[in-house]
Amino acid sequence: MTHHPDQSLPGSRQSSILGSILGRSDARRTGAGRVVGLAALAAVVALLPLLLPNAFYFDVAIRIAILAVNGIALNLLMGYTGQISLGHAGFFGLGAYGSAVLTTHFGWTPLPALLAAAGLTAVIAWGVARVILRLRGHYLAMATLGLGIIISIVLGNEAAWTGGPDGMPVDGFSLFGLTLSGERQWYWVFGGLLIGTVVLAQNLIDSPAGRALQALHGSETAASVAGIDVGRRKIAVFVLSATVSAMLGSLSAHYSGYINPGIAGFLQSVELVIIVVLGGMASIYGSIFGAVVMGLLPQILAGYEGWDSVLFGVILVVTMIFLPRGVVPSLATRLRSARLAGKGGAAC
Amino acid sequence: MLPELLQFILSGMTLGAMYMLSALGFSMIYNASGVINFAQGEFIMAGGMAASFLSAAGVPLPLACVAGVMIAGLVGGLVERLAVAPARDAAVASIIIITIGVSMILRGLTEILLGKRPYALPHFSGEAPLALRGATILPQSLWVLAAGALIVLGLSLFFGRTRIGKGMLATSYDRLAAQLVGVDVRRVLTLSFALSAAIGAVGGVVIAPISTVAYDTGMMLGLKGFVAATLGGLGSGPGAVFGGLFLGLIEALTAGYVSSAYKDAVPFILVFIVLVLRPQGLLGAKPTDRI
Repeated sequence: MTHHPDQSLPGSRQSSILGSILGRSDARRTGAGRVVGLAALAAVVALLPLLLPNAFYFDVAIRIAILAVNGIALNLLMGYTGQISLGHAGFFGLGAYGSAVLTTHFGWTPLPALLAAAGLTAVIAWGVARVILRLRGHYLAMATLGLGIIISIVLGNEAAWTGGPDGMPVDGFSLFGLTLSGERQWYWVFGGLLIGTVVLAQNLIDSPAGRALQALHGSETAASVAGIDVGRRKIAVFVLSATVSAMLGSLSAHYSGYINPGIAGFLQSVELVIIVVLGGMASIYGSIFGAVVMGLLPQILAGYEGWDSVLFGVILVVTMIFLPRGVVPSLATRLRSARLAGKGGAAC
Repeated sequence: MLPELLQFILSGMTLGAMYMLSALGFSMIYNASGVINFAQGEFIMAGGMAASFLSAAGVPLPLACVAGVMIAGLVGGLVERLAVAPARDAAVASIIIITIGVSMILRGLTEILLGKRPYALPHFSGEAPLALRGATILPQSLWVLAAGALIVLGLSLFFGRTRIGKGMLATSYDRLAAQLVGVDVRRVLTLSFALSAAIGAVGGVVIAPISTVAYDTGMMLGLKGFVAATLGGLGSGPGAVFGGLFLGLIEALTAGYVSSAYKDAVPFILVFIVLVLRPQGLLGAKPTDRI
């Protein structure tokens, strides 16, 4: 077996497309492969509306895009730095409620409100990260879980501002006198946001900062010996991840027109962790896959009370047992080794 | 002592005993396997629901309670064998997802089998409150406290005196070494899940007459058990006891003197502060890193 899976071999172009879509974290992955994956995603986003029959399906697609952006944001933190967060929906909620409160109670226009909410969330995330990112493993999980629950309880209790447990209405999003209306217009906003987030995440991962983060995941001690300021990098990615989620929260609050404290709750945070782990840690396209599953399953299982929860649990358990690294990276490895075996046979 | 303060302390201790049992379950599984079991609350719920259902179906109360605890223990052992053991080599995050999946399965199955309505057990020895220096306490609260004390005593005997208990301790210190001296590590892991579930279920059964139990009551109890275990230091038995009682007291005092709306936030604010000041928990040992 002298053959390597090389880009120059005939027939390997297809697999490099597959590889880039499956998010192989190969050092050989080139800019070209990345562009192909991105083009495929853009094509799906652009062509999907042709297949969606009505507003309901547009709504499902939008919710999937929201989950995907949130999942990628969390994956930057979990997958690329190895830091777990069980309270990430809290930041989404801060963005959503920040926008809602500023536009409803203070008469701000949506864009400044979005930026202010994102800025506030960034400051909070920075303050929190400074103290909790010293924690490891399960203690960090506990601290982030607590943070998310505290945020959702505060949102549920401060009824004068937030409408309490029942939630509050939010106006539509308007900019320069134009107002976004209807699922079809919003679809392009969230579709564009998804593509933008993928570009941002890929650039970050392949930048020197991203490589430093991955070194961190490998071994913090080794990374700090190599001259990486471990603490500062972790804080930076935590703040970035929280801020992306907050902006997404603002937009989705304007889109759905109504929010309640549940959007910041523990179950939502768990949903995001599931998206990351099910799709595959450190795999951007894995998070999109996870979001598609999490977005579609509740639709398919709706109406089977109790059974939906059981089936959902079974899917999680079975996937983690048989594909412990997540669906996308595990399948990518299998495809690659199957291809290697095929080539080896031909060479003999 | 002020009657009011005494009243809050009594209800805090009752609550604390419940959290303590949940925390002991967390710590036991964490010790044996390094896993944080997010289905712990569902074990508690399963015990309470099974006992309540059996009792409502006409089974004598003591028998229903014992059966509830045993059913939960069996469920715990099965969960380890069927869901956790096959994924032994997976990363921590993957195993966390597995236990979350298990909690969804248990919640869903309970909803299908027993419905959405809340169940309650009859009080073990009457509902007439006992007077104590101006405060009152339900006889059932005494049952909760007694059950908590008995379990702590039983566990210390189990880990100190019995062969299998010592084997479990050995496994938590060093799995490979324990295996080398002949401890059946697989059995220890299954047993840790069964025992944690049974201990949690005892809590679920004794508290069921005071606060009703439904298919979805497990989550908050489980999370607060996790908080209590973390407060005391994950994996520490005395830490779980201390963390549970401390948490119950603080929660009851906050509800009484500060704000009952924020009582559910208290555990999480508390654990946050403790972790910031003392990242290894109040009673936990300072961790060292292996490179």
